[in-house]
Amino acid sequence: MMTKSKRQRQLFYLIPYSIWLILFVVAPLILLLFQSLTTPNGHFTLKNYATYFGSGTYLRMTFNSVWYSFLITAITLVISYPMAYLLNQLKQKQFWLLLIILPTWINLLLKTYAFIGLLSKSGTVNNFIGLFGIVPQQLLFSDWSFLLVAAYIEIPFMILPIFNSLAEINPRLEQASRDLGANKWQTLKRIILPLSMPGVKAGIQAVFIPSLSLFMITRLIGGNRVITLGTAIEEHFLVTQNWQLGSTIGVILIVAMVITMILTRDRIRRTGRKRGTLHE
Amino acid sequence: MANVPTAIIEFKNVGLSYDDNEVLKNIDLELEAGKFYTLLGPSGSGKTTILNLISGQLTATHGDILFEGDIINNVPVEKRNMNTVFQDYGLFPNMNVFDNVAFGPSIKGMSKSQIKTKVAEMLDLVKLSEYADRDINELSGGQRQRVAIARALANDPEVLLLDEPLSALDYKLRKDMQYELREIQQRLGITFVFVTHDQEEALAMSDWIFVMNDGVIQQNGSPEDIYDEPINHFVADFIGESNILEGIMKSDYLVHFTGKDFENVDAGMRPNERVEVVIRPEDLDLTTVENGKLIVTIDDQSFRGDYYEITAIDDDGNEWQVQATNKSLVGERVGLTFDPEDIHIMRFNESEDDFDARLESYEDDSNDDEK
Repeated sequence: MMTKSKRQRQLFYLIPYSIWLILFVVAPLILLLFQSLTTPNGHFTLKNYATYFGSGTYLRMTFNSVWYSFLITAITLVISYPMAYLLNQLKQKQFWLLLIILPTWINLLLKTYAFIGLLSKSGTVNNFIGLFGIVPQQLLFSDWSFLLVAAYIEIPFMILPIFNSLAEINPRLEQASRDLGANKWQTLKRIILPLSMPGVKAGIQAVFIPSLSLFMITRLIGGNRVITLGTAIEEHFLVTQNWQLGSTIGVILIVAMVITMILTRDRIRRTGRKRGTLHE
Repeated sequence: MANVPTAIIEFKNVGLSYDDNEVLKNIDLELEAGKFYTLLGPSGSGKTTILNLISGQLTATHGDILFEGDIINNVPVEKRNMNTVFQDYGLFPNMNVFDNVAFGPSIKGMSKSQIKTKVAEMLDLVKLSEYADRDINELSGGQRQRVAIARALANDPEVLLLDEPLSALDYKLRKDMQYELREIQQRLGITFVFVTHDQEEALAMSDWIFVMNDGVIQQNGSPEDIYDEPINHFVADFIGESNILEGIMKSDYLVHFTGKDFENVDAGMRPNERVEVVIRPEDLDLTTVENGKLIVTIDDQSFRGDYYEITAIDDDGNEWQVQATNKSLVGERVGLTFDPEDIHIMRFNESEDDFDARLESYEDDSNDDEK
């Protein structure tokens, strides 16, 4: 009887979140799927998917989304891993980590506008290079300014999981590796890097997946030179009012995210520290 | 002095401080090749610090560390021909048993077939041949310990450093590993430097013990020397059980304590010097009041399997630990007897060199007397 009432109490705690989940996650997903499979009159059709896959424009957008997400992820990873590694060796590491996380507390739109201020023709950067007699450059609305701002925004989300997985590694392992004759570089390659892979994968998930559907930065910073699936969805829902095709692209985006999650999931947990209790 | 064998490891006035905290004070020591050395002491005594200075994990604040006669102060860890068995083993969880043991040889650039032979040999040495493909997580504590030993030995080190490697094991396993480690050391003939806080372990395994306290080597010697002739209160108390009392050395071979004079075998002190007297509990025998050199009342008794541990109090209120084979009655008045050679005298603040010199002087005397 005790267990039954405990169970009931647990169910009770679940109610608020369940309602939230149904209203704002499950229902929209069903609606999205439903709309992608119907005509504006509500008849079942696969036409939307046929349009999507039959159009070079949409496939190019898809490719663009994946390609730019890949670039953003690669750039953040190259910057974040050494940074996380360094952070982990500092004495006041929690403090420095806080400084890196701090920007994530500021609204995304605000940060994007700040970059417009920095990069515009009369912005800070152009003013600065003007001091050396260089004429103002077109910095905004370029591929690289888009990549710069996207990477800037995503870096904390890459550093944090990598930092955590590095912090979990027993410092003794590095000592043991050096003791056995490995230099710093060999130790990094053979011990630290493999053991921090769960964090790297988590970081890739945290950066790659949201990057697939970026649309605000593409417009404000990229000047719509880079058209991604996120931009396309926004266009269909807000401008062309073609909700059916917008939903279709939405579904495809979700499928792409799921595939990414599957590819980067931790297949075999060999890191041991999490399973270490097995024979202790 | 011409034929002094070169030490494999030598410390010359080595010290280590963190800020104002002196962890290690002016250590001098010499280790010969092929012996089993133990650094014994309580936690914070500096024993692990010495180990880390040998391995290169720490750098000395002052002094020189020599390996086969060459100063190695600035040689990095990975370039020293010695390996460590860590207290928590430090096995790589992303590798199986084979890859852990193969780590050193593969870093050295040995060929695949050489590595295979080496790992097989090492796993055979620690009796884990069947476990090569196991994950580290699938091993028991004792098995991990063996992998750690195999991994450290796979590099063919000239010195193996062991940092309290047995402390995480249960009693029975620890005993077995003591014998096994000793056997491995003798089979391979390399130098072992073993760190422990367990005096029993130190006495059982070592050729030579360094007793550490407060960052200073209190005494070094063979297990027998250290047990039989502790230099000071700390060593006497730390190694085994001891009855320690204050006394007065009236003259050579005559000591006064508990209000009586006793014949003993120590000499070389000033007349009427204040000293400490040590008698081991196993050297005390219970007898009748008439035959006793000391009269005591039994205060407490506990059964220890192979003996009874008795606490008795003499008429001056001194407490005596006695190990007896027969049971006694609590409250009973009995006599205690001991032989002159069971009394060991310690001077206050005597340095190890003075202690050794004094021992030599009167041991020579007594030898001369016999001739």
